[in-house]
Amino acid sequence: MSEAGKTFTPGAGGKGKKQDVASPEQPSQKKKLSKAEKRKLRMEKQKEQKPDANQPDAPSVKQPEKKSDVPQKSKAELKAERRAKQEAERAAKLAQKGEMPSTNQGSTGGQTKPRSEIIKKERPRVSDDIKVDDPSVLKRRAKKLEKQQVPQRIDSEKKVNLFNHLDQFERSISLTKELSFSSGGIHPAIVMLGLQYAEGYICGANSSFLNQCRPKSVSMGNAIKYVKMQISNIPQDKSDTEAKSLLCESIDSYIKKKIYLADDAISNILIGNKKIKDKDVIMIYGCSSLIVRILCDAHEKEEIKFRVIVVDSRPKQEGKEAAKRLIRCGVKCSYVLINSVFYMMPEVTKVLLGAHALLANGYIMSRVGSSLIAMVAKSQNVPVLVCCETYKFSERAQTDSFVTNELGDPDDLVHSNSSVDYLRNWRSIKNLTVLNLVYDVFPPELVSMVVTELGMIPCTSVPVVLRVRNVEG
Amino acid sequence: MPLTALPSDLAERLDQFIRSLKKGELKGSYDVAHQTLLFLRRLISQSRWSTAKDLRERIRLEGKKLISTQPSESAIGNMVRRVLKIIWEEYVSIISGQGVDSGDTQESLQKMLRADVHVDDFSKPCPNLKGRVIESINELLSELEGSADSIATQALEHIHSSEVIMTMGKSRTVEAFLLNAGKSRKFQVIVVESAPSYQGQELAVNLAKKGNIETTVITDSAIYSPSWLDLKAVCGSHALALAAKHYSVPLIVCAPLFKLSPQFLCSEDQEAFNKFESPQNVVDFYESDIHAKVHIHNPVFDYVPPELVTLYISNIGGNAPSYVYRLLRELYHPDDYEI
Repeated sequence: MSEAGKTFTPGAGGKGKKQDVASPEQPSQKKKLSKAEKRKLRMEKQKEQKPDANQPDAPSVKQPEKKSDVPQKSKAELKAERRAKQEAERAAKLAQKGEMPSTNQGSTGGQTKPRSEIIKKERPRVSDDIKVDDPSVLKRRAKKLEKQQVPQRIDSEKKVNLFNHLDQFERSISLTKELSFSSGGIHPAIVMLGLQYAEGYICGANSSFLNQCRPKSVSMGNAIKYVKMQISNIPQDKSDTEAKSLLCESIDSYIKKKIYLADDAISNILIGNKKIKDKDVIMIYGCSSLIVRILCDAHEKEEIKFRVIVVDSRPKQEGKEAAKRLIRCGVKCSYVLINSVFYMMPEVTKVLLGAHALLANGYIMSRVGSSLIAMVAKSQNVPVLVCCETYKFSERAQTDSFVTNELGDPDDLVHSNSSVDYLRNWRSIKNLTVLNLVYDVFPPELVSMVVTELGMIPCTSVPVVLRVRNVEG
Repeated sequence: MPLTALPSDLAERLDQFIRSLKKGELKGSYDVAHQTLLFLRRLISQSRWSTAKDLRERIRLEGKKLISTQPSESAIGNMVRRVLKIIWEEYVSIISGQGVDSGDTQESLQKMLRADVHVDDFSKPCPNLKGRVIESINELLSELEGSADSIATQALEHIHSSEVIMTMGKSRTVEAFLLNAGKSRKFQVIVVESAPSYQGQELAVNLAKKGNIETTVITDSAIYSPSWLDLKAVCGSHALALAAKHYSVPLIVCAPLFKLSPQFLCSEDQEAFNKFESPQNVVDFYESDIHAKVHIHNPVFDYVPPELVTLYISNIGGNAPSYVYRLLRELYHPDDYEI
């Protein structure tokens, strides 16, 4: 583990702190960082969560050493790891110099203010992750990866024109092949996590703790941000172990507060406000752990009698899992593929959708297909409720699904259960490309309301919530 | 006069035809329409009848049988109606000694006043009716055979170069349409794979291989996202149509005239026209835990309301959806809407 620490800290400053950060005794801490590593590792998917996240920190602490360690900083992209490192460094610096007496808990308030000011001043930067079409960006990234001993994934050569700016990877290429265990650059836990992400085993933004750090997801960005902040807020006079335990605690509380309790709260709000009633027919899409949980709560605790229509789509067919969980709870279910949405819609009284992220302009980023359901529901005057914890709120604004998206493995589309496999040799056909989008973005007009742990709000209130969160730190 | 039984070989053929309809051996409405027409021609030439009235009765009777075997296949009913109309036309033209303009079957006030060709008695014997009817049916057959081509030749009027077109599933007509346009124009096609039949994948492979058209396959769920850059969507499901409407993208439906049915349906009437297939395509049977407790629906058809459609392209040209009623008048006799 200390090896992992080393990679983090090429710089001289704040070594002690840094090592704690990556030290093995702190599982959750490790995970957090791993997430950061992970992103680097996978490179691919990461989209930029919040472009401003790195910048506020960097300029806020001006340290000569830092400049020398991080020559790339001048370039647009700072990786999450680097951010974490900077935070750690800064924290250590502060401790050493004792320049801020109030660094301890008090620093929370002190820091947030300047931060928000800085955000305003910062010129928005475009993440490299959506500039894969620029060769210079690719080169830079390759160099960085090499330095950090992260194996690089090979970009697929068959890409859809429109999406040239995004990474397209293929699962067939082993990520770990190049990675020798002695390399020491990456902690094994991180590697494991990375592979899990890469294979898409973990999907959905919060089915477990790890999921909040799903690569390139907005929620992950927010989680990282939170951890960073916590690191910087660690009382400087504490010993390493104390600091570690403090960090763990704060991370645990984040998980608890933002994910578990938020889920509870959302479930209570929905049911408490009688948004699910007897005889309701509720359409859900895919497998959102939150939604399934709300429905199970409504069925088991409140004994509301309703019916659920699970809509599913290829290639992942996560809806099967949702259907299984619901029937285990005893909820009556129907299951259709997304092409039958219109057929089913007349009997539906409510649509419940999960979200991947809520964007600052009120747009909703969700699993691909959600927009379709929202649109059909809207056309049939069926209310669409989006359930979303506030940790998924993002400061990014986006109006289409192209600029930032994830390209799934196109081969996922090939394994169809039909007897005739038309696409088997699609790579050999010159003009044929296969596009497997993972997310889509749809406008607030299609959504009746968003249910968060803060209550039921319209989509357009996202910036307000974000602001409140920033102030609270 | 009660209708006599069909000659045995004809009855056998009818049974065979009904069987193949039931089994779903005929793929696509073109085949169905073609086979129906061939059968009706045989029926006219081989069964015993003396007057136009008998013949119409006979065709109605057998047509009803055919329609009831596969109610969701409107092409059968359409062909039966077309043949009935042909008989009526030929009979009227023979009786009145002049040709009837095919666009003139509608009762108008002026026509009622003039009452020149007002025929409602079909019982007059009419010697050369059979030959003329069969001749007309042959014409209809050749129209049927050429319908995809004649739609395809209009492609260049609707597709310009470097356009992005989205389509869904596989339709012979659309395939011909795009392939024809691809011969002389460069454009891009996005094909929705349309699970669980995956016909979209087949179409995509065909377009890329045969037409060298730049083709992209997407999943059904991804319809919404790329729609805004489509300039045109050709022939699709309701969801695709809605997405097209949402982004103000024109939606063009390619359909030959034999698919034009005088049924009045709206989205609430799903049960009246839809057809369901085995849930196995949706969830494999080995996942029995789902099958045991969950209702799985696998409808085949979708309804696209006319307000979402910009243009219908049929083999006689492009028409707005609001004009369809007029085409119906031209194709079918109003008396035959209900067989």
